[in-house]
Amino acid sequence: MRIDLEPRPKASRTREIVAPVAALLVAILIGGLVVKLLGKPPLQAFRVYFIDPLTEGWSLQELAVKASPLVLIAVGLSFCFRANLWNIGAEGQFIAGGLFGGWLGIVTHGGSGGAWILPAMLLLGALGGLLYAMLPAVLKIWLGVSEILTSLMLVYVAQLGLDYMVRGPWRDPMGFNFPVTVNFDADATLPLLVEGGRLHAGVAVTLAVLAVAALVLSRTLFGFEVRLVGDAPKAARFAGFSDRRLTVTVFAISGACAGLAGISEVAGQIGQLQPSISPGYGFTAITVAFLGRLSPFGILIAGLVLALTYIGGEAAQVALKLPLDMTMAFQGILLMCVLGADVFTRYRIRLVGRSG
Amino acid sequence: MTPSGPTAPADSADRQPAPAAATGTIPLVAVRNIVKRFGGFTANDHISMEFMAGEVHALLGENGAGKSTLVKILYGLLEPTEGDIFFDGEKVRLASPEEARARGIGMVFQHFSLFENLTVSENIALVLPRTEGLDRLPQRIDEIAQRYGIVLEPDRPVWTLSAGERQRIEITRCLLQDPRLLILDEPTSVLTPQEADTLFATLERLKQEGRALLYISHRLEEVKRLCDRATILRMGKVVATCDPKLESARSLAALMVGAQIKEVKAAVAHPIGGARLEIRDLTLPSAEVHGTALKRISMAVRGGEILGIAGIAGNGQSELFAALSGETKASAQTIVLDGKEVGALGVTARRQSNAAFVPEERNGHAAAPDLSLSENVILSRHATGGLARYGFLRRAAARTLAKTIIRTFDVRTASADPKARTLSGGNLQKFVVGREILREPSVFVVNQPTWGVDAAAAAAIRQAIVDLAARGAAVAVISQDLDELFEISDRIAVIHHGALSPARAARETSREEIGLLMGGADGQHAH
Repeated sequence: MRIDLEPRPKASRTREIVAPVAALLVAILIGGLVVKLLGKPPLQAFRVYFIDPLTEGWSLQELAVKASPLVLIAVGLSFCFRANLWNIGAEGQFIAGGLFGGWLGIVTHGGSGGAWILPAMLLLGALGGLLYAMLPAVLKIWLGVSEILTSLMLVYVAQLGLDYMVRGPWRDPMGFNFPVTVNFDADATLPLLVEGGRLHAGVAVTLAVLAVAALVLSRTLFGFEVRLVGDAPKAARFAGFSDRRLTVTVFAISGACAGLAGISEVAGQIGQLQPSISPGYGFTAITVAFLGRLSPFGILIAGLVLALTYIGGEAAQVALKLPLDMTMAFQGILLMCVLGADVFTRYRIRLVGRSG
Repeated sequence: MTPSGPTAPADSADRQPAPAAATGTIPLVAVRNIVKRFGGFTANDHISMEFMAGEVHALLGENGAGKSTLVKILYGLLEPTEGDIFFDGEKVRLASPEEARARGIGMVFQHFSLFENLTVSENIALVLPRTEGLDRLPQRIDEIAQRYGIVLEPDRPVWTLSAGERQRIEITRCLLQDPRLLILDEPTSVLTPQEADTLFATLERLKQEGRALLYISHRLEEVKRLCDRATILRMGKVVATCDPKLESARSLAALMVGAQIKEVKAAVAHPIGGARLEIRDLTLPSAEVHGTALKRISMAVRGGEILGIAGIAGNGQSELFAALSGETKASAQTIVLDGKEVGALGVTARRQSNAAFVPEERNGHAAAPDLSLSENVILSRHATGGLARYGFLRRAAARTLAKTIIRTFDVRTASADPKARTLSGGNLQKFVVGREILREPSVFVVNQPTWGVDAAAAAAIRQAIVDLAARGAAVAVISQDLDELFEISDRIAVIHHGALSPARAARETSREEIGLLMGGADGQHAH
């Protein structure tokens, strides 16, 4: 008796939509088992994680605020992943964006202000992420260094760089020695979309980028190039597309998106720089990208689902004393399930050999 | 042409005893009513065949007729949905290739599974059972060589060997296991005519020892020469069993296709112009580890002319194609299109100089399998077909163009704009050839235009190429199929070890002469 993976003769739309949903359900079951092993009631945990956050207005806003960076980063990553380039370092590019844009927020603090500051911060943030993503891209095309390793390791460089800046040169002199920068002025802060709420303009930026990305992927020659390289790299070369140019371009796009997400987070809900500005958005966005099947609309849905696990995770920490690591564990389980389900959309399992 | 009744030759009594008896009327191996379904698709539909000891049995059919499926069932790689396999009249189950080998079934695959960096004897040792010591191996290889006339150099690394030599390793591997039924899948597709002759002598010897041979080939002249019986499959069913020696190649082809094949009509008389495609002393190192470097290649193709480039696979054809298409760049003066030096330009710029290209691999190189046909039109025509404006795709224009190609070249599709992977090999090839020819290129380069394509589609493609040249284009056809080259070329050159021979007029040369060049005659590397 052996198990064979047999390619499916036809791709099916239904199967491609069902697969991520099934993956989510299986991940929830496994997650429930882990909760059970931790000695907590799984059903109650499910409610706290997935149902309660959806029942109140403030938590729905919170959901959008948390989903926004995930979606923005994942949309950028989808360009890389479609072209079979593995940018694992969005977390670092996110931080680089926060640093670049945040710098303007610090130097304009207490100044005369002006409407130009905020757009300039967003641009600088995108630029910071873009430049930081150029390191793995350029190393790859010049020296053939694996982008997986370089982009991942640069995350730690960025994290420590941020840590150094907020503890050292950029520390708020009036901040009682806390390792944080000054609070940005109003002109350097993203405005709220709802009076007294949490929803800030960064969410609108994300939706705009999402729409542009959808347009680029489906309607432009460049989008065609990205899809072609992923599907058939040799055919892309035959089409006359240069893989070096494409490598640089998609890294630039994903870096800029991650950087924009970083500065939106800093200028949006945080309002200053601090030693940690991300609960791992850059890594979770990888799961979001794959759960969303690398399509803009899918990524929007997947971003909301993963944002839910962050909010639910915080609630579960309070209500059930479940460790916050449970959230990360669940996200990991979910990614594995998504990748597994992906295999079943293209292959079916066959048992070979009736022993006897 | 009866579907049953063994046609064992009368001299069976003279043969050496087969490894385990079974002469006479009990078939060594038989399959009965084999059905194999993949989902809703029936690849084998109630197939029955017999393999007699001392008989060469040909299995004929077009691509997709079900030959590979049947062979995989016989070799234990697939299990039949229905039906039985008999060995010496006894029903058996072959659950794995190991079981098939233990029963005495050996197979020489079309694509070799050899380790390039290991030597010949190391590659052979790899397939021996774990229990067998290596000390006797040289002696056993020697025995096989003596008995069957298989010449091998045990200490040569495989990457230095020609396809024919590699095939001998595969055959030796099989013979060490003393098979009673030996399956050969397209064994001559990579051989020169001379190497093929050597192979036939070996096969003749195996047959005389009372082994059964299952011979798969699309070269019908070969089948007529070598095989005692032929079973012809069409769409998964046995349509005829016959003695190929009593049939003509044409009648066999007609049985395979189920209709008469159109012959390619010679082009009407047309003027031959000046050189439109030239290669001038092109030397290119190989991009891959065991690839082939191009050595001082020069050639010229004139307008209105078809230059055929013959050669055994792996002698630099793909490298030459890449250099012509611009996928590999060289120095500017080495490649000249209509008087313009384009050696340093990429594929898009060369297309804009009105050259068109069709690479060997349909799925994954010429076309992207998961993209629709209209998107595959954009693939090669985005810069020359007006399919992109200001960076935006003009999908409607691409769909119209795809429709025109489908109609003009009679491409059979299940829906209006299906994914490329859903097309059969022949239809997809007609599509990618049509995509380029419809542009009316002044220079057309095609690598293996009809490789693995059904006979009707192959004829249509060759006709389109001949007609294109007649309209004044310079055409270079790289092909391993000598019949094809002799059918359509005006001149033929041979590529061997990355060097190109001078072209000879097709009418003034012969298959034998070209075959010798393919094997590396002309002084450098005789076999």
